[in-house]
Amino acid sequence: MGRYIVRRLLWMLVVLFAVSAITFLLMHTVPGGPFDREKALPPEIIDNLNKRYHLDQPLVVQYASYVYDVLIPKFSSIVPGLSLQDDALINIRVGDHLWLKWMNFGPSYASRTRTVNDIFRQQLPVSGQLGLMAITFAILLGIPLGILSALKQNTLWDYLGMSVAIFGVSVPVIVLGPILVWIFGVSLKWLPPTGWGAKPPYLLGFLPSSIGPEYFKYAVMPVVALGLVNSAVIARLTRASLLQVIREDYIRTARAKGLAERTVITRHALKNSLIPVATILGPLFAALVTGTFVAELIFGIPGMGRYFVTSITNRDYPVIMGTILLYAMLLVMANLLVDIMYAFLDPRIRYT
Amino acid sequence: MSVQTEMLKVGAGGQPLTRKRESLWADAWRRLMRNKAAVMGGVIVILLILAALLAPFIAPKPFAEQVLVDNNKVPDWVLAVFSNMKPYAQISNDYFLGADYVGRDLLSRIIFGARISLSVAFIGPIISLLIGVVFGSVSGYFGGRVDNLMMRVVDVLYAFPTLLFIILLMAFFRSTFAKPDPGSFAYGMSQLDSRMGGMLFIFMGIGLTAWETMARLTRGQVLSVREKEYIEAARTIGAGHGRIMFRHILPNIVGPLVVNETLTIPAYISFEAFLSFIGLGVNPPTPSWGAMISDGSRVIRTYPNQAVFPALALAITMFAFNFLGDGLRDALDPRLRGTQ
Repeated sequence: MGRYIVRRLLWMLVVLFAVSAITFLLMHTVPGGPFDREKALPPEIIDNLNKRYHLDQPLVVQYASYVYDVLIPKFSSIVPGLSLQDDALINIRVGDHLWLKWMNFGPSYASRTRTVNDIFRQQLPVSGQLGLMAITFAILLGIPLGILSALKQNTLWDYLGMSVAIFGVSVPVIVLGPILVWIFGVSLKWLPPTGWGAKPPYLLGFLPSSIGPEYFKYAVMPVVALGLVNSAVIARLTRASLLQVIREDYIRTARAKGLAERTVITRHALKNSLIPVATILGPLFAALVTGTFVAELIFGIPGMGRYFVTSITNRDYPVIMGTILLYAMLLVMANLLVDIMYAFLDPRIRYT
Repeated sequence: MSVQTEMLKVGAGGQPLTRKRESLWADAWRRLMRNKAAVMGGVIVILLILAALLAPFIAPKPFAEQVLVDNNKVPDWVLAVFSNMKPYAQISNDYFLGADYVGRDLLSRIIFGARISLSVAFIGPIISLLIGVVFGSVSGYFGGRVDNLMMRVVDVLYAFPTLLFIILLMAFFRSTFAKPDPGSFAYGMSQLDSRMGGMLFIFMGIGLTAWETMARLTRGQVLSVREKEYIEAARTIGAGHGRIMFRHILPNIVGPLVVNETLTIPAYISFEAFLSFIGLGVNPPTPSWGAMISDGSRVIRTYPNQAVFPALALAITMFAFNFLGDGLRDALDPRLRGTQ
């Protein structure tokens, strides 16, 4: 197992290198630069800006120095947050005036006072909160719905559960979003149609510092819109898997030895039927992570979504690179965690 | 299981228990017809195709015709449903679903919008099927080092956050082919794209990002079929790689692949809608439901009909394709019923 994890981690590094190289190449071949304006800047100024951000150097050098900045942890005596050049996402204090700094994603060309890490620190927590709540909602709705449908197969409950599931996959966020806004935000005026209920500073870097009814009022529509699709996927899978497990011999054995139906279901059937559900948490996480982009744009939530879209039109190279790399990192990590979890849940699986 | 119960039913009806042999397709067709939801989905899809094909004849107005004085006008029945508009909305019964912010007929735009969604629904899967099947079957058939290398490529693409990647790709296509010199390849591409109302780049973006799952699936299928006796038999009588691949392997695996691809159609439709929603999809004034929802969302507080109607059109289409896809899967492979 240990060797498997090490090998996977190394492979992950290779994949991330490839992702970063492809993104870097693609984004630099797009015509136009970060300093193109409606009213063109004088060439001298553009030259100076290019020099300042090292855009005058060969692409290979630019790529190498970017990778160096992001990948290699460095010791620094500058207090975090004071220098734009030296702004790292992870700062570990190792001495009185010494910090170990890691993942410097560079400056944002669109803003003279913010770095990519500033954007991450302020916007990523919002996307993270939205994503976490949506995935919790999806699991809390999807699993019971799937179990109910399977246990009461071919009854009204089953049809109801599966209708919800079909509804979930057929109504994407961009349809459900405006309709929810119209019903609950505009007509009934129960919920604020746009915005988010938490502002920086965040607890532990990503949790809202105060949670009240106000916070959830903002969160409920985007979370439902985003979570419903995924709860539908979970419900269908839970139902299918439980239906399969219920027909296994060991369930018949459990019933034959006179166990109560409740014990058979909870102790024997459910535990095994949830294993396949655990495996789709990886792809599900991927869908949610990018799904937050859609929800943010529709509900006007100040997360990473709008920043990423505008960074592409602005050719804000470090923001594009940083966002894609960070999300790719999250994705491969999630998939690795799911694979490891799978081995723990199902003792028959052995990775070598 | 369902086959057995069917036999019993036939037996109970007094008819002979042995049925005349039916082909796989006739059998699947019968099962599909018995699935009411799938039939309904199929009927809606056919109606949508007709609407898309006959759009110029059934749409009351041209989709790009702007009547600026009629902007945001609504008919009486819409006003009755969306009563919050009563204090300020101007009434015009010329527009069955209302007019948008530059006075274009919403209904006509929704009808023409079906063309965009449907072409994505059919061409997207075909592109991903083509690339994925070729890639996956080569990888699975030759195995060994080739397989290893090709699957690593898929692994890398898998690590890309799809939506972010497609946004980047769209920006890349849009600006790379933006104002090229006449006569060049890029110029041809951009001409073709604007002829298609921006659809070409959408197909390319979706095609380049959506084939990996198909490649993995194909590879798995090829791996399992490759070792069968009949492939070995074909090889011993001297069949070449091409013949084995096209005559013996592909026909045997194409069923599950097509079914899987059908199930992803709604995903393509919502992909296009999202791209148009954020302004990277079709070129205006080409009507796409996603672009209409985006325009409508801006005025959702004042004129909710402009976002709600295209959203409903999109939802109905997604329902239809989901029902049809589920039905097709159950019909072609009854063992899979209720899974996925």
